[in-house]
Amino acid sequence: MTEISVTLNGVETTVAIEDRTSLADMLRERLDQTGTRLGCEHGGCGACAVLLDGMPVRSCIVLAAMADGARVETLEGLLEDPIIAALSKTFHELHALQCGFCTSGMLVTARDILRRHSAPTRDTIRKELSGQICRCTGYVGIVNAIEAAGRDLASNEADKGTETAAP
Amino acid sequence: MKPAPFAYHRAATLPEALAMLSEGDETAPVAGGQSLLVLLALRITGFDRLVDVTRLQELRACRETDDTVFLGAAVTHAEIEDGQVPDPSQGLMPRVAAGIGYRAIRNRGTLGGSLALSDPAADWPPCLMALDATLVIAGQTAERRVPVRDFHLGPYTTALEPGELILGAEIPRLPEGARWGCAKHARKSGAFADSIAIAACPAPDRARVVLGASESHPRQLAETSALLSRQPTADESALRTAAAADIAEADPDADAWRRRCHLATVLKAIREARR
Repeated sequence: MTEISVTLNGVETTVAIEDRTSLADMLRERLDQTGTRLGCEHGGCGACAVLLDGMPVRSCIVLAAMADGARVETLEGLLEDPIIAALSKTFHELHALQCGFCTSGMLVTARDILRRHSAPTRDTIRKELSGQICRCTGYVGIVNAIEAAGRDLASNEADKGTETAAP
Repeated sequence: MKPAPFAYHRAATLPEALAMLSEGDETAPVAGGQSLLVLLALRITGFDRLVDVTRLQELRACRETDDTVFLGAAVTHAEIEDGQVPDPSQGLMPRVAAGIGYRAIRNRGTLGGSLALSDPAADWPPCLMALDATLVIAGQTAERRVPVRDFHLGPYTTALEPGELILGAEIPRLPEGARWGCAKHARKSGAFADSIAIAACPAPDRARVVLGASESHPRQLAETSALLSRQPTADESALRTAAAADIAEADPDADAWRRRCHLATVLKAIREARR
């Protein structure tokens, strides 16, 4: 067992893990962050996306030991985030989920799309979302929701006339 | 989907990493791990120990001269995509980087990892071959330089000797105004490619067209490159004939569909380079 420290959702956390433990397994099984879903467990489905030092990664193909000393954010830690708030609203209104299994990974990825592209086009959203698999919705609702959240955020910013910097 | 047990060690210095790698083939270097950790989880491969090389300064370094850019092996695809490191290629490398896997993969996956794995469907081997890059490789006793065109020997097979580590790639600059084109065919964005073609023209009379995502390693298409160098405005039917002959040589086991994919990407890359 190896002891590692991560800043999980802003809280300094120390945990003893086997070297082969994935970041996803550590989050779910040791730290009770079950919002992070495990679908394929080999980097194919995107359900386990979390933020590592602010960037989305697939936590099933990152070793927990690789995250030693890093900042980890799961969906549980992003509930106050303004982009996640905008996305939650549009995902709800535009039927962007059915069973909800892929939703955590979709939201973490959608937030990154909206941070890197202001009010992205549907083509951009589809390309950027191509690594996230949803077996229920057919993606139309998800693309609609991300597009709408992008518009909402852009018009909020225009209203305020100032830039809102996400953390 | 759990890998068999292994020990993980984050190397603090290059000599430490090289010493550990020289202790036997049960130790493997790991950088982003975006292929290796998948292969371990699927138990397609196994190692007793992984040595993490992502924090080594030598592999994170980027150096520029008037003629070349050196990119460290641990530079990520996303850093190249976002222009956080110098671009020797007038935009070709950021374009190629943006098409690798998905953003979450690009945030972790590295230039050196892609070259060392030598997956037939990888993007950097054909791209760096078209740019005529040279790899700088460290062993325990000496450093050596291997041109990318001599580095890839077959699927998952390279000129790396046991215990060696890629430090980075020295990439000649494409001059301002140089033309390039790239094309990739895959069933869906980010999926393993069925064909990749890169055309780089450092000068109007100098063209290198490289085919990737064959059954084996990337190859420069000799006839096509020669025709395009000799006759930059060669008509498409002549290029088509040259490319078809090159493709038959570069990917002899390809079926009719795969050959069509190759022909399409090669012509598309050349069209873009000539636009």
